[in-house]
Formats: sequence, structure tokens, C-alpha cells
Amino acid sequence: MSPWVRIRPALFILALLGIWHFAVVSQQNRILPTPWETVTGIIELMQRGLLIKYIVASLFRVTWGFVGAALLAIPLGLAVGWFRRTEMAFNPLIQILRPISPLAWIPISILWFGVGDVAAIYLIFLASFLPLMMTGINAVGGIPQVYINAGRNFGLSGARLVIRVLYPAVVPQLIIGLRITLGIAWLVVVAAEMIAVNSGLGFLIVDARNAGNRYDLVVAGMVMIGMIGLMLDTLMRSLEKSRALRWGYSED
Amino acid sequence: MTEEKVKTPAAKAVKTKLRATGINKTFKRDGTETSVLENVELEVAQGEFLCLLGPSGCGKSTLLNICAGFLSPTTGTVTIDGEPVTGPDPRRIFVFQERGVFPWLTVEGNIAFGLAKLSKAEQAERIAHYIKMVGLQGFEKAYPQELSGGMKQRLEVARALAVNPDMLFLDEPFGALDSITRLIMRGELLRIWEAERKTIIFVTHDIEEAVQLADRVVVMSARPATIQTIVEIDIEHPRDISSPRYLELRDGIFNEIGLAHKI
Repeated sequence: MSPWVRIRPALFILALLGIWHFAVVSQQNRILPTPWETVTGIIELMQRGLLIKYIVASLFRVTWGFVGAALLAIPLGLAVGWFRRTEMAFNPLIQILRPISPLAWIPISILWFGVGDVAAIYLIFLASFLPLMMTGINAVGGIPQVYINAGRNFGLSGARLVIRVLYPAVVPQLIIGLRITLGIAWLVVVAAEMIAVNSGLGFLIVDARNAGNRYDLVVAGMVMIGMIGLMLDTLMRSLEKSRALRWGYSED
Repeated sequence: MTEEKVKTPAAKAVKTKLRATGINKTFKRDGTETSVLENVELEVAQGEFLCLLGPSGCGKSTLLNICAGFLSPTTGTVTIDGEPVTGPDPRRIFVFQERGVFPWLTVEGNIAFGLAKLSKAEQAERIAHYIKMVGLQGFEKAYPQELSGGMKQRLEVARALAVNPDMLFLDEPFGALDSITRLIMRGELLRIWEAERKTIIFVTHDIEEAVQLADRVVVMSARPATIQTIVEIDIEHPRDISSPRYLELRDGIFNEIGLAHKI
């Protein structure tokens, strides 16, 4: 790659930041922060010890809600997918629950768990559960019969067939599903924190606005949410690149 | 002429490996029944190379799946070495029409798949032996997606042979390969068969392929499949595919199927 090709994305971002800056400073009564004010906002949050605290709080909730959902929903989805009759039984229920936004559950989760971590974790759990269960169902449905037959032909059945054939056959689909769902969970945590708790990046945004229209901190919070979301996605993508799993992603 | 020379291969006192009696198979779909196999009677001798030949979709793969234990017949029984077949068995390996190698395992891992009961040293020995036999040296650590179609098919044959089965079921194994690779693969399969003398049932819709490979060619009719005729290919290997006898047998099968051998 020539240096120009390497530099181009950075120049583009710089140009956008420049437009942002001049658009803000050209306003009569400035409400929105310039890029530099956003950076100082982030620095201020760091100095007050809030940034790390809020990031940890948000990640903590996402981790528990997401991991809890994964541990329950994926095995359930795999089992439902394996026994076709249960899939037919579950399908209408799933199709009705699926279009309900996880945010619609906010009043009920506060009713059940009060304002606090558990309510937020429960929302993330709900938001992750159905997508992960669908992932499990579809992953099992997509296993080519030829792999199952080959496994049985070599004398495998029961648990050994699951470990040596079914599990490796579904892992690529599961990882894609986990990555997409983690993205959803990260979207939902911000919304949940705006209402159900008083810490975390979602809370930071609402709080900064309510406590004196500190829009520099609002945008700082948004930037941090974007960066951490990107980090989570990169983490999940690195799993997809693992050599033994890569087979599932080629068109072959 | 001595007594010995008059005897045809079928007249030899050979042990029956597989016997299918009164096989019928119907599939139900949306309330209508389709008969796929009708009244199939078949005997396969120990060490024999048998081809099932018929038009696409005639039910020859269904018959092979029944013999291998993946499907059960609607009526009738299949016995192998006198025991009824109730399911798949590692003593009889099926080589699939589609790519049946496991994409999440390397070449070595695939060949080792059926060898879990052996010690590490024995496994390594078998893997090395069969990798050499099918000419995949240098690709031990490669994943199937890095291999060509012909290499994948050879890998699947190696995986099957590595567990030392006494029977192989091959379902149009070379159908997806280009014609050059297909010719090479036929030669390799014959070489392996002559070395190991497994009983082989080989499904194909290619008349030339059947006559090149088989001891006997079982010609099946279109659906519902019945056995139309069984043609004995009494030519020694390696077969000269321009010899008069080869052409005679080949054209006989073309006629049997109702195709004039002209385009």
C-alpha cells in the first residue's frame, strides 16, 4: 500500500472533525461541543474517576445479562432445533415475542426488580435471549445430514456424536450469532441505564443533560459508547478468524 | 482346456458378503406414497466390486443407503455376513456423494476421526500410511477448504480406509470431479481395491465408469427401480477400454438402458 492509501482514512476523519468544529463555532448560541471540547470532557470524566467507573458498570451489566442469556438460550435453542417437534411448538411463541422491543420490558423489569442493576441486567438478558435461541435453532437446522451420517457411520452416538460432530458443526453459526447479539446487548444497556439505574454510560448521558446541559459530557459519553462497542465487536470478530473455525465463513 | 479355465467368476465358490432380499421402499410425502424400490434381490460376494448403474434419481442411492443402514426398507431385509443390518457400522464405511469430510478438521484429523480407540503411535502410523496411499503428503495440516475437489474426495476415501472396514459404499464419489481427475481417481480406487480387496458397492450413472471398474454391473430401471439385468464384466484389470470385449459389454448396457450409442 502506498502511504497515500494508508493516510486517506485518517485525512477523511480529520476533515469531518474540521467540519464538526466549524459548524459548531459558527453558531450564535453554542450548545453542542466542538471535537476538542469533547476530548476535554472525556479528560474531565477521567479526572473525576467517573469514566472508568461508568464503563465498568455498563460492561458488568452487559456481561451478566449476555452471558446468562447465552448459557440458557443456546443450549435451549440447540435442543429445540434438534427435536423438530419442539421447534414447531416453540415457534409461534418466539414469533410473537420477537417483535417486542426489549425496551418495552423496562416498566415490568423495574416492577419486578426495582431500580438497580438487576433490572438492567434482566433487560439485557431479555434482549439477548431470543436472538441467541434463534441462533441455536437455526445452527442445528443447518447441519448437513452428511456430517451426522458420517459421524454415526464411524460408530458415534449420543454425547460423543454431539461433542465430535454436532458441536464443531454449529460453532461458526453460534459465533456469528453471539457477535450480532452482543451488539444488540450493548445498544440495550445504554437505554436501560437511562431509566433503571444511576451509573453507567447511559446514565452519564442523561445525567449530564439534566445536571446543567453539559452537552460536552453527553457527546463524550456517546463517543465512549461507540468506541467500546467497536472494541467488543473486534473481540468477537477475532474469534471468527480462528483457523479451525474459518471453514464456516467461506462460501465453500 | 482344463476345468479351471471354463469357470466364470460367478461360478467360483465365493462367500456371500451381502444379501438383500425382497427390498421395497416407499416414501410418503404430503399423503402420497412414492415407490422408489421394487422387489430388489441382490447378492454381493466377498471382495467383489459391484456397480449399481441407473439413471439419476432412480433409487440406486436409496438402495445403497439401505445396505449401509442409513435407511430402513419398507419391506425386506439386508444381511451382511449373515447378520441383519439395523444401522450404520464402522466395519462398513459410506463415502458420500457430497463432500463428507469434516471441514473443521485437518487432513490428519479427518483420517484420525475413526481411530479414537487406537494408541497415538498406531494412529500416527495409519494416518501416514493412508496419506501416502492417496497422495496427500505435504497436506497433513491443511483444512479441506484448502484442498481441491479431487483431493477432498481422496481424503474421504482415506478416512474410510483408515478404519480398515471390510466393505465400502461409494455413492457417485467422482460425480463432481472434472473428467481428468475422475479417470485418475478410478485408477487409484482400483489400485486400492486390488491391494486391500474390500467388498465395494459403487453407485454411478456413468456406464463407462461402471464397465471400467466393476466385476458385475447391476443395471437398474427408472423409478420405481427394479434390477433390470446384471452384467458380468469378464475382463482382467488393467482393462483396455478400446478392446472389442469392453466395447461389446459397454454397448450391451447402452442397449439395455435403451440408448442408441450415437449422438
